[in-house]
Amino acid sequence: MASTPHDADTLSQTFDLLVIGGGNAALCAAMTAQAAGARVLLLESAPIEFRGGNSRHTRNLRYMHERGNDHLTGPYLEDEFWDDLNRVTGGQTNEELARVTIRQSNNVGEWMTLHGVNFQPAMRGTLHLARTNGFFLGGGKALINAYYRTAAKLGVRILYDAEVTDLEIQDGLFKSATFVSRGLTQKVRTKAVVLASGGFQANLDWLKEYWGPPADNFIIRGTPYNKGRMLRVLLDQGAKPVGDPRQCHAVAIDARAPKFDGGIVTRLDCVPFGIVVNKEARRFYDEGEEFWPKRYAIWGRLVAQQPDQIAYAVIDSKSIDLFMPSVFPPIEAASIEEMAAKMELDPAALKETVAAFNGAVRPGRFDSNDLDDCTTVGLEPAKSHWARPLDRPPYYGYPLRPGITFTYLGVTVNDRAQVILQDDRPAANIFAAGEIMAGNILGKGYMAGFGMTIGTVFGRIAGKEAARHVLS
Amino acid sequence: MSSPEMLKEADRVMVICNSCRYCEGFCAVFPAMERRRTFTAHDLKYLANLCHNCRDCYYACQYAPPHEFDVNVPKTLAELRLETYREFTWPGVFKGLFRQNGLAVALVTTLSVLLVLLLTFLSKGPAAVFAIHSGENAFYQIISYWAIVIPLSALGLFVLTTLLKGIANFWRETGGTPGELFSPQANAQAIWDVLQLKYLDGGGHGCNYPDDRFSFIRKWFHHFVFYGFILCFISTTIAAIYDHFLHWPAPYPFWSWPVVLGTMGGVALLIGTVGLLVLKLKMDPSPAAPRAFSMDIAFLSLLFLTSLTGLLLLVFRETGAMGILLAVHLGIVVGLFITMPYGKFIHAAYRYAALARNANEKLAEDRLAVDPTQNKA
Ligand SMILES: Cc1cc2nc3c(=O)[nH]c(=O)nc-3n(C[C@H](O)[C@H](O)[C@H](O)COP(=O)(O)OP(=O)(O)OC[C@H]3O[C@@H](n4cnc5c(N)ncnc54)[C@H](O)[C@@H]3O)c2cc1C
Ligand code: SF4
Ligand code: SF4
Repeated sequence: MASTPHDADTLSQTFDLLVIGGGNAALCAAMTAQAAGARVLLLESAPIEFRGGNSRHTRNLRYMHERGNDHLTGPYLEDEFWDDLNRVTGGQTNEELARVTIRQSNNVGEWMTLHGVNFQPAMRGTLHLARTNGFFLGGGKALINAYYRTAAKLGVRILYDAEVTDLEIQDGLFKSATFVSRGLTQKVRTKAVVLASGGFQANLDWLKEYWGPPADNFIIRGTPYNKGRMLRVLLDQGAKPVGDPRQCHAVAIDARAPKFDGGIVTRLDCVPFGIVVNKEARRFYDEGEEFWPKRYAIWGRLVAQQPDQIAYAVIDSKSIDLFMPSVFPPIEAASIEEMAAKMELDPAALKETVAAFNGAVRPGRFDSNDLDDCTTVGLEPAKSHWARPLDRPPYYGYPLRPGITFTYLGVTVNDRAQVILQDDRPAANIFAAGEIMAGNILGKGYMAGFGMTIGTVFGRIAGKEAARHVLS
Repeated sequence: MSSPEMLKEADRVMVICNSCRYCEGFCAVFPAMERRRTFTAHDLKYLANLCHNCRDCYYACQYAPPHEFDVNVPKTLAELRLETYREFTWPGVFKGLFRQNGLAVALVTTLSVLLVLLLTFLSKGPAAVFAIHSGENAFYQIISYWAIVIPLSALGLFVLTTLLKGIANFWRETGGTPGELFSPQANAQAIWDVLQLKYLDGGGHGCNYPDDRFSFIRKWFHHFVFYGFILCFISTTIAAIYDHFLHWPAPYPFWSWPVVLGTMGGVALLIGTVGLLVLKLKMDPSPAAPRAFSMDIAFLSLLFLTSLTGLLLLVFRETGAMGILLAVHLGIVVGLFITMPYGKFIHAAYRYAALARNANEKLAEDRLAVDPTQNKA
């Protein structure tokens, strides 16, 4: 592990550019600006062991490319990329910025490799994404380690445990930032700033402003350090917001997950193979609507809308091997009543729900790898695919809660990553990258690997533009 | 038996990894883990011995301590691996040697050096020991032919037996069938994996040794040790053939096969063991099993001393120091042979067996010809 340079030693120097945050977007900006000749200070609020924000939990990144390479199986061109984005966002995207993101992601894997990132060979194509997405060897933490090493080698100074608490902005110009490090409050003045401090999903009070009491039952999948402090300061000081504050990427995860930082292993993939009931033991949505990776994202919201934000997935022993294992063991029961008792549901109600479901299942060809023709008839809500009666004990169950990945409220930016103010003027020396501005491009919905794309592309743009500004 | 807590911890960690799988490109452990949904004690012992302790998965782990999931794959598997060494050991009465292994190895070696010195002095007398001997049979004027050949051959046979017995125990205790153990295809694959030290490649980028940077340095030093050892082994074998069958007694001229190969092997061993020792001392201790440290150091030091005294013997064989050097060298070799099955060397047997298991599993998977992406979605 890189050692932490002593604060005093670092702070006796002068810097051209301050980068706030310590995830993918921040490091892409810092490396780019330092390589362009700017002297960069990066402040990461987390301690060194937890550096890297949500980027630490990622697995892959989507990028445009004309042909396959050692880690991608085939071409992925602008039009297809754009269509995919348009579909998941339902058109809620800024087309100009979206196209900038797509175009500038062209072959970004090479740049990443040059900066120390290793990709996994394509043959083990996890999640059917091997054509469009590059998978990091060792995942996001390995990427983050590589970037910190490269940044340090380039000369970027890094302070951990350094949370920025306030920004001094005068007439749309950044002057200085206040931060707290090891109990000491300090101020740093630079000619420009890049904000790459993520969303506000780890700020439970703020989530509650939009979601009300249900937010108490949300689980935050990623870093506890993304509290949205910089986002709030920017919005309070005249940055123009973007994105619906109630939109976020939320998936259904195991209710036994830790409140923060549980990451990828708490996800559950069993839903399409069974039924999902709420605490009244009633089904509330079509579990077999689509492939799980595609539907995974809507279930966070669905569970959030249920009483007490809890739901339970139930499958039987026919299905236990059909999905990726998850970290918590399933609740196991020999009968539906026993399952209900273990889940603290009304046994009669669950029995009735299962009986109604089983009775509505029409026998068909079952295929876990395709949209098959196992459906229900006359059931409300229907189960469109993979519907098989729950009749072979033991039964297995998992409790579900909404797991928040990241929030979409952010600051508006232009194609130079400059933050746009309320009067639509760009702030000359304030730049933003990553989750904090992702709402410009992802108005709603999500597609796998695109968070890292936005952070990489806009991190590099912010770094380049900020360096140009401070060096001119 | 492996302790239940250790198996439980290995199971806990493998369950987390199996639902994460971010590290699947690093080594054979992760694909092998992915072939299972739950882990029996057999599976865990097998996986523990398949791990090469490259540490890549430790630095890449988003759940590494101080995260509350506290995932430390290399350390957990190393600790279990140590337990399996004890468990699979033959004969069982020597299991204790794995406790405080560094001390045990040091004691045994010191005693055997003293014993050989003592016997030499008693049988030949100081005058003969310090005299200059040259030409044919020079060595045997210090220690007689049979006094060298009989104990060393017996020890060699003993080492070979314990290794084979260890492999057999491993195989049984990890649930493999005899047919699989003798599968030519699987053994060919395992030998090839060993010869190129495939799983210290970290998916093509190397190990995280001594810190979180990727590097091939550990692999290179290990190659020096491995191939150095093999060269010394070949040199000794040729010398034995010369001596017993062709009746050309040692010492041999410098440009003879045994001496040239032995010298190359000895120098390679010196480089490799010093390199690995320095790496061990410089390494981040967090992903290691603390109890493994003294065992590793002891074995590396012993190999180092064996080749050092062997090379010194070569350089000074025409001087009055030869007698002492020969006795010391032989004493160290005896110590090495005695402790080989009860120290770090044994990893060679179990690692090989684990690789053969792995090759069998891969072959079985290929026979099924399943699409590897199929069960991933
Ligand atoms: C479990 C999980 C899996 C995911 N998988 C993928 C994936 O495979 N592919 C993908 O593209 N996306 C994935 N995402 C989304 C992805 O993580 C984000 O889109 C991306 O990491 C955002 O990068 P960022 O640099 O903007 O923010 P982050 O990586 O979250 O970095 C924000 C940084 O800012 C720091 N910070 C916050 N406030 C302050 C402050 N006031 N002062 C100083 N520092 C501060 C934080 O400590 C943190 O280091 C996943 C997210 C989660 C939670
Ligand atoms: S070591 Fe950590 S990152 Fe790697 S597979 Fe296991 S849990 Fe995942
Ligand atoms: S330490 Fe290396 S060899 Fe062992 S499991 Fe981790 S990646 Fe594999």
